[in-house]
Amino acid sequence: MSKKDAYLSGLKKGIAVAIAYLAVSFTFGLAARRGTFPLWFASLISATNLTSAGQFTGIELLRLGAGYLELTLAVFIINLRYALMSFSLSQQVKVRVEPVTRFCMSLFLTDEVFALANEKGGELTPAYYFGLSTLPYLGWQIGTLAGYLSGGLFPNRVIAAAGIAIYCMYIAIFLPPLKKEKGIALAVLTAAAISCATFYLPFVNRIPMGFRVIIAALAATLVAAALFPKKEESIAAPQTEKEANR
Amino acid sequence: MNVSHLLISALLMFLATLAPRFVPFVFIQKKITSPFWKSFLFYLPYAVLSALTFPYVLYSTGSLPAAAIATAAALAMSFFELNMAAVAALSFLVAFGLSFLL
Repeated sequence: MSKKDAYLSGLKKGIAVAIAYLAVSFTFGLAARRGTFPLWFASLISATNLTSAGQFTGIELLRLGAGYLELTLAVFIINLRYALMSFSLSQQVKVRVEPVTRFCMSLFLTDEVFALANEKGGELTPAYYFGLSTLPYLGWQIGTLAGYLSGGLFPNRVIAAAGIAIYCMYIAIFLPPLKKEKGIALAVLTAAAISCATFYLPFVNRIPMGFRVIIAALAATLVAAALFPKKEESIAAPQTEKEANR
Repeated sequence: MNVSHLLISALLMFLATLAPRFVPFVFIQKKITSPFWKSFLFYLPYAVLSALTFPYVLYSTGSLPAAAIATAAALAMSFFELNMAAVAALSFLVAFGLSFLL
C-alpha cells in the first residue's frame, strides 16, 4: 500500500471519531465561555492539548484560581494514561520510524486515535496514523470554536445542562469495562469514594481540587494494582463488544 | 485573568499533556517488565475518570437533583453499553428537561 493510500484509508476511519469530537469540543467551547476565558485561549488550548479530561480540568482549575504547580501536576496525572498508549505504540511501529516522526505522531495521540490505531492488523505506519488523526484534530478545533461562538445563542438553561455531558462521557468510558474486570471495578469505586470523601470532609476539603483528584486517583490505582496485578497478557484497554465491532 | 497568566497556563498545560504522550514512544525501546507498574498504568485511566466524575458531576448543571437523576440515567445507559455520544446527549436532555421541574 502506498503512503497516500494508507493516509486515505486512515482518513476514512477517522470520520466517526471526528464527529464525536465535534460534539465534545463544542461543550468545551461552551465551558470556556462560561468560565469567561477569551476565545483565543480556548482555541489555543484545544489546538495544543487535544484531550478532553485534561482540558476540562485545566480550565476548571484556572477558573478556581489554582496555582501553576497544581495545574501542571493535575493535568499531568490526568494525562499519564497516554504514557501507556505511547508505550504501546512504540511496540507497534517499525524501529526505523525516525524519532522526529515519532514525536509528531505523539502530538495527536488520544484515547480514540489509539483505539483506532490498535484495530489495524499488522504494522502501523506513520502515514496511516496521520490519516487517522487528521479529521479528529480538525473536528476538535471546529467544535471548540463553534461551541464558544454559539454560546451566546443558547439560553443559560441549555448551557448549564450541557455541563453534565463531559462527565457522562467519562461514565460511558469507565462503566462497561468495570463489569468485566474486578481490578477496574475496585479502582473506579475506590477513586469515587476517596474523591467524595476529600470533597465533603471538613479540613480535607480545603485541599485544592486538582490535588484531591490526584490523591484519589493515585491511591485507588495503587490499591487496585496491589490487589489485582495484571498477568502478562494485554495491557491495552479491554474493548467492549461495540468497540470491537466498530 | 491577564494575558501572560493565560499564556503561561497554556504552555504548562501543553507540556503536561505532551510529556506522557511522547516520552515513552520516542525514548523507550524495551518492555516494562514489572507486573505492578504495568497494572498501575492499566488501572490509572479508570481511576482518574472516576475521581474526576464523582462528586463533581452532581454540581455540573446548577441543579443538584436534576444532575443526580441525569447521572443515574448515564450510569444505567453506560451499564447497557450505549454509545458514548448517546449517553452524553441523552443525559444532557434529562438534565435539561428536569431543570424546568426541579
